[in-house]
Order: sequence, then C-alpha cells, then structure tokens
Amino acid sequence: MNCGVCTAICPAAAYFDYDPREICQDVQSGDESILIGLLKGEQIWMCGQCLSCKTRCPRDNTPGYIIQVLRKISQEMGYFVHSRLGRQQLLLKRAIGHSILETGYCVHPKLIRPETHREQGPVWEWVMDNAREVYKKCGSLYYEEGLGGLRKIDSDTLDEMQAIFQETGAFTLFDKIEQASEAKAAEMGLSFSDDDDNEYLREIQL
Amino acid sequence: MAQLNWKSYQKEIPDDHFFYVRSCIRQTFFPGAETALLYVLREVLNKDVFEDKRHTTCTGIGFHSDVIPLETIMTVVARQLALMTEAGYKNLLVSCVTSFGIYLEILEMWKHFPEKLAQTREALWKATRREFEVPALLTHSSDAIFHFKEQILNKSQISLVNAESGQALKGVEHVGCHYAKIFPQDGIGGAEFPRVLSGLIEGWGGELIDYPERRHCCGFGFRHYLVRANRGYSISNSKIKFESMAPFEPEFILTNCPGCNMFLDRWQYTLSEMEGKTYDSRGLGIPVLSSEEMAGLMVGMDPWKLGLQMHQIAVEPLLDKMGVNYAPKAKYHLASSAVPLPQKPSVLLV
Repeated sequence: MNCGVCTAICPAAAYFDYDPREICQDVQSGDESILIGLLKGEQIWMCGQCLSCKTRCPRDNTPGYIIQVLRKISQEMGYFVHSRLGRQQLLLKRAIGHSILETGYCVHPKLIRPETHREQGPVWEWVMDNAREVYKKCGSLYYEEGLGGLRKIDSDTLDEMQAIFQETGAFTLFDKIEQASEAKAAEMGLSFSDDDDNEYLREIQL
Repeated sequence: MAQLNWKSYQKEIPDDHFFYVRSCIRQTFFPGAETALLYVLREVLNKDVFEDKRHTTCTGIGFHSDVIPLETIMTVVARQLALMTEAGYKNLLVSCVTSFGIYLEILEMWKHFPEKLAQTREALWKATRREFEVPALLTHSSDAIFHFKEQILNKSQISLVNAESGQALKGVEHVGCHYAKIFPQDGIGGAEFPRVLSGLIEGWGGELIDYPERRHCCGFGFRHYLVRANRGYSISNSKIKFESMAPFEPEFILTNCPGCNMFLDRWQYTLSEMEGKTYDSRGLGIPVLSSEEMAGLMVGMDPWKLGLQMHQIAVEPLLDKMGVNYAPKAKYHLASSAVPLPQKPSVLLV
C-alpha cells in the first residue's frame, strides 16, 4: 500500500519537511542501513501523534504507531542523540517522567512556570501569583490531601507507581536516555549533571 | 446505507454509576470544568459518580512523548481499573481525551493480543498485589454531557440563543483528535460525522457553523508543545484553524479535549501579540469553552466558580449574549481582597 493519504492528512507533513509515507516505505525496505539512518535522523521526531493517519489509512495501518516504535528503538539503541530533535528526549524524561513519579501527574500547575511559558499570557501569571485561592475557588484541592482535583497523591500510591515503573521497564528506558545523553554531552564537550544546571541541557533546549 | 453508517457510529452510554478518572491538563488549566462535570452529574442529575483518591495520571502524555513504555502505561491503566473493580464499578468515566484514547487503545490491544492482558495482570500483581476487570463501558465526559443534554436543557434557564435578539448563537466545534480519530466506532458520530459537540450546540439552541479545517489538529503534538523550542508547530496548527473559522464569525468555540481547550484559548493571545490581530471583529478573540463548562453555565453555575476567569480570552461577551446572570466585577475577586488584576495584553481586549 503506497497511496500517501497519511502524508496528505498529516499536520506534521504540512509544517516540517516530513513524509510519513516515505518512512513507511523505508521501514518496509528491509535495508538495515536505511533503518539505522531513520533511527539516527530527525524525521521520526517530527510526528505530533495526532493519529489523523489512523483514521484515513485505507488499509487500517497507523504510520503514527510505526513512528512510535521507531522512537522506542532509537532510544533503546542510543541512536536518538544523533539528531537535534531526538536529543530533546532527555528534557521530556526529566520533565514528564519525573513529574509522574514525584507527583502522580504528567502535568501540574507548578510545572508550567510563567517565565518559560510566555504563551500562557498574563492571566496565567495572575493565576500562578494567586494559585491557592484561584484553584480553591474553582473546587480544586491544589496539592492538599483529600478527594478532588489536583489532590496530593499519597505516598503509598506513589510507591505503587515506582513499583510499576520498575516491573515494566520504565526505569530501564530512563537509564538508557540518561546514559546516551551523558555520552553525547562528553562527545560535544559539554558539562552534564542530574540537575538542570548543565551545558548539555541548555544546549538541547535551543 | 447512510442510516446504517450512522447507526454504526452510535455508542452505548450508561445512565448511571460511573467510576471517574481525572485529567492532568484539566486539573492544571481548567479545574472548574471537572467541578462542573461532577456538579451537573451528581447534584443536578442525581447520578452516582465515584472517585477514588488513589487514582493517578494515566501517563498518556509521557507515553505519546515516548518516555513511558507500552508495558508501563498498560499496567498504570490496569491499576486504575483495579481501583474501579475494588469499588464495585463497571463504567469508566474519563475526563481527558488523551486518556480516553489510551484506554480505548489498551482495551482493544488486550482483545487482539490476550497474552498482553495476561502479562499486564502479572505485572500489576507483582508490583501492587492488585487485580482488575476490564470495564463494561468506556465513556468520555463529553459523551456523558451529550447523553444527558436534554435533561440539562430542561434544568436550564438559558440556552445558546442571544437573550436579547432571540437569534441562535453561532458556534464552531473542535473535537480532540484522540476522541474518535483512533477508534471512530467509540465516538458519537465517529471521525467522519462527529456529533458529540455539534449535537450539543444544536441541541441547546445554537447554530452550528462548519469551517474547512474543522477536523484539523489543534497542534498539541505532545513533544512539540512540551519542548519550548518546538512550539512553532503547535501555534501554527492552531493558526490554521483560526484562519479557517474566522470568516464565519463564530461567537464561541466548543471543545471536548482539555488540551485543545487550552491551546485554542492561549494561542489566540500569542498570535495577537505576534501578529497584532485577533480572530473576531471587536478585538476580543473567540471564547473557547469545553462541553463541561458550557453545561455548568446551562445549569446556573457562577462563571467565576466555574473558573472562566482562568481563560485568557474574555468570556463576558458570550455570557452577556446568553443572558447569564453574573457579577462582572467579581471576576478577579479573591477572599484575600487587594489582589492586583492580571496585566492587559497589548493587543487583545479583555
């Protein structure tokens, strides 16, 4: 199947120099050098995972999921650090991955700092300046214990999440992202550390 | 044939007894939307909606950002289902569209690959000593609002009609991609004829406005918004939608996805700062409300307890047209009194 409807509908193909049909062709080529090129390249990181391709494929294929598998393999083999977009996985691991384990949420208000989210506008700044009162007025618990929105997730629950991450390989993936990133930082001559204050992290944010 | 197609895109929505799981994004940006959903279902419609405080994120944003493995998200989802099973519920009610897509995907995968279900049961048992049953029915919060739309209208003193002129208010909808693009048969109207929001607009008296890019993604893109350097993708896709809908002069945008709601609100502000333009004729922008927020207004919730002051685009023009009874000066009022107002944007009127 090679109709290209996935590319026609793809928001990422309209924005980037990116073609999901071409990636599917490359995956089917069976040529290892082409596959390694994909895993080291920028293109696989351009998909926005909207999965519009799933709806439109006349053969019920899902290029967006093929991309997802390629991204997983790229990280497992350490190839993701070869591309600028791939190197951003360290930012995502440290932001979203750590947030889940520390708070029980992928995203929560304290992660959306106005100084790094200017697009959120002055209302968000006001919300953050008065967060406790604003959230409580809207029925939220705002990080307090109890039953309701944005509650503090109890430590037993967070322990269960840790155990699930351990049992299902999430920590192994986390370690691979960190190790490959640290090696890349050394290759680039940039400092690297567990905290946010290092040259590599600043470089990959650009 | 057309009737058969439409029938195949209907879905069963339970009348009562829901186990509720929240949305990370909604709890962050629009907490009042979840308050409204629970108020409408529990207090207005007398439905049984159970929440277990031990439930967590589904980890879907991490999964679609490729830092959470499939096995991990399956087991986290299984833990949510275990809490539902322990509480004696069978109907899962999901606030988030990303989560909704995740639940659908995993349940479908377990049907086709029973060994994955068995692996997940084993992983959950080893990690938590919990067991679970798969839900009988999976309902998104917008499905529930759609299902009860007539009862909500019957409880309402207002509708999507201009209270002064009697004209139907013109609304556009934006259905979150993961609501029905992945599994069309699990969304009302599917991906081709989505009815979940258009049915609300028309059912509550409004005029549904079609626009060319109605089905285009809002541009979240997961890693494309989460990484600051990539946000050009996100705003560009929202811009495609605004440019497409603006000529039809919509008076509101209705959404069912927490993320889409935030992006369509915030990117209007950002575009106004970048390009000096707004997508309405008065310089106010187009108000963006979720189905839950609109339902809250319909049943008489105070807009500021509903959290509409957390929107960057001013909602007052819509409230005035609908004839909502509210106190304009209370918008930014907080109990601690002398709180400075938010700064005014340089272009967008507020």
